[in-house]
Amino acid sequence: MTGNLIPPALIFIACAALIPFLQGKTKAGYMLLIPVVSLMVIMNAPTGVIWTREFWGYTLVMGRIDKLSLIFGYIFTLMAFLGILFALKVKDDLQHVSAIVYAGATLGVVFAGDFLTLYLFWEIMAVSSTFLILASRTDGARKAGLRYILVHLVGGLFLLAGIVLYIQETGTTAFDYIGLSGPGSWLIFIGIALNAAAIPLHAWLPDAYPMGTPTSTVFLSAFTTKSAVYLLIRTFPGTEILIWIGAFMVFVPIFYAVLENDIRRVLAYSLLNQIGFMLVGTGIGSQLALNGAVAHAFCHILYKGLLFMAAGSVLQMTGKIKCTEIGGLYKTMPLTCLFCMVGAASISAFPLFSGFVSKSMVVTATVNENLVLVYLVLQFASAGVFHHAGIKVPFFTFFGHDSGIRAKDPSWNMLLAMGLAAFACIFIGVFPQPLYNLLPFTVDYIPYTGSHVVGQLQLLMFGALAFALLILSGYYPPEIKSINLDVDWTYRKLGSAAYRLLDRGLNTLNRKAENILITVVRGFGTFFCQITVHLILFFSVNLWLIQGYRDRHLALKKQRLYQDVVHSTLPIGIGAAAAVSFVILIYVLT
Amino acid sequence: MKKELTLFDKPRNVKILLICFYCSLAVLLVAEFFIHPHPAFYFEQMKGFSAVYGFFSCVLLIFIAKILRRIVMKKEDYYDR
Repeated sequence: MTGNLIPPALIFIACAALIPFLQGKTKAGYMLLIPVVSLMVIMNAPTGVIWTREFWGYTLVMGRIDKLSLIFGYIFTLMAFLGILFALKVKDDLQHVSAIVYAGATLGVVFAGDFLTLYLFWEIMAVSSTFLILASRTDGARKAGLRYILVHLVGGLFLLAGIVLYIQETGTTAFDYIGLSGPGSWLIFIGIALNAAAIPLHAWLPDAYPMGTPTSTVFLSAFTTKSAVYLLIRTFPGTEILIWIGAFMVFVPIFYAVLENDIRRVLAYSLLNQIGFMLVGTGIGSQLALNGAVAHAFCHILYKGLLFMAAGSVLQMTGKIKCTEIGGLYKTMPLTCLFCMVGAASISAFPLFSGFVSKSMVVTATVNENLVLVYLVLQFASAGVFHHAGIKVPFFTFFGHDSGIRAKDPSWNMLLAMGLAAFACIFIGVFPQPLYNLLPFTVDYIPYTGSHVVGQLQLLMFGALAFALLILSGYYPPEIKSINLDVDWTYRKLGSAAYRLLDRGLNTLNRKAENILITVVRGFGTFFCQITVHLILFFSVNLWLIQGYRDRHLALKKQRLYQDVVHSTLPIGIGAAAAVSFVILIYVLT
Repeated sequence: MKKELTLFDKPRNVKILLICFYCSLAVLLVAEFFIHPHPAFYFEQMKGFSAVYGFFSCVLLIFIAKILRRIVMKKEDYYDR
């Protein structure tokens, strides 16, 4: 039990603080050791509720250890290791520290047994991941990072509001299955769904992830969305709306992925598509479906990480990542190309690769529930995934037109990280049983049946035939330097347009009102001023006439008096005398 | 300078690759007659359903994507203007 004193989340976060003070090989070894130690702690942790603290009358639970949290704990720790290895030679402590804090916070979310702990780590995740986007230090990244944190803070507020209502209703901060029942649960659902990038709350992902550095995107792709999927599996399994959100997510992003020019944005859209499969599984909620969702999250983290590593390697070595600018890289980056193709085969769910043994569980679950439409959508998307992530990404990056770039394979640590991820993808694909043993429910499912293998291969290979024929015939949409509008248009264009509209509308109204007020006030002022002047002149002129002033003298006196009254340059005594005589006049008259 | 791979620069290699690809398609269609079928739904009892579905999914995908591109595609500096 001595190894279980500190929760893995705190190991990551505390150890991250020391990184800037270390150098060279010590630093590299130290960083790689953090996930290894955490993994050992997780593996030795006893099942049940551990790492609890009392805090203002609430119990904070940092260790809810069961099969569901454990498998996510394993894969996040593993991915943290691969990510750190991949980024080992980066000379930027900001990235290292924020990546490790980010990974730790994710583990905090996974093992949290109460809402206060969850919310704390949830927000640490949002902030630390923002620094991974900002780490690119470009103008685009700065703006995307700002949008990213704003969206996530809004999501966090939804979650917080939901948590407050939930605690109000139940009187406890502990949580498990929630289910959609009242406003509190809906708010929590929206908060989590935003982090899962559930459509229509997804636009932050393809907006921000492709702006990260070559290495930081690997971390980004793994943690935020999958920790949200974990929470949905824990709190909202069997929620029907998730099936439809998932089916929509599986379907729509693939069109964008086909059109996108930026390889990392293609991968971001295919990430949305893959989360769709997990949400469908979560929404169905049967044991097979939930097992499928978990297994798919596990495999997905590995192969998506691998694909982002391959894309990151290309970006690192060539400085370019757009389809229009790269191509033909297999000639000088054969290993990166090979690893990328393993990732592509895995995400496409080719037999003997990891996606095949996990995605098919979700698909089979739709069959068991007799969801024909969802089944057809998933099959359509499976062919579509192969099309854009399986073929398009490797084809336009490493084959296609020869861009003339002759970049080499990246450094050993990046190749090793990709190699390990690729090995894991194939290992799981060939020997799925160890993964199945880790799943939350007992697995009674055999992926490798003759009809399944042949059916899946037919689906994929004839999809590939369509790609080949379309490319050869020239009908395939050409690579164009462009961007494609998504939901983020609402806050990037519509939002700023609304701001300008309000600016123009309200400020114009303001100016108009001001003008009117000034005219009226000045008009009144002039009116009363003129009355006074004319009254004074009337009495004075008569007085002067009696006194015998005529012609030029009279005109001069009139003009002088007029000037004095209008410009208020009369001696104070006269004004006072006038006022006093006015008072006397009133007194006499009444 | 490291040696470059030029595998696919030769049209002959590309041709061989394509022929292998077409052969594998034929093998897949034939293989279906020799396995024990597990149709998920009634329409999967048709031989070659997955093949047809996969092919037309991708054609439809491209077709819709091309229409979508007309609606959503903007210049790269769209958001900076």
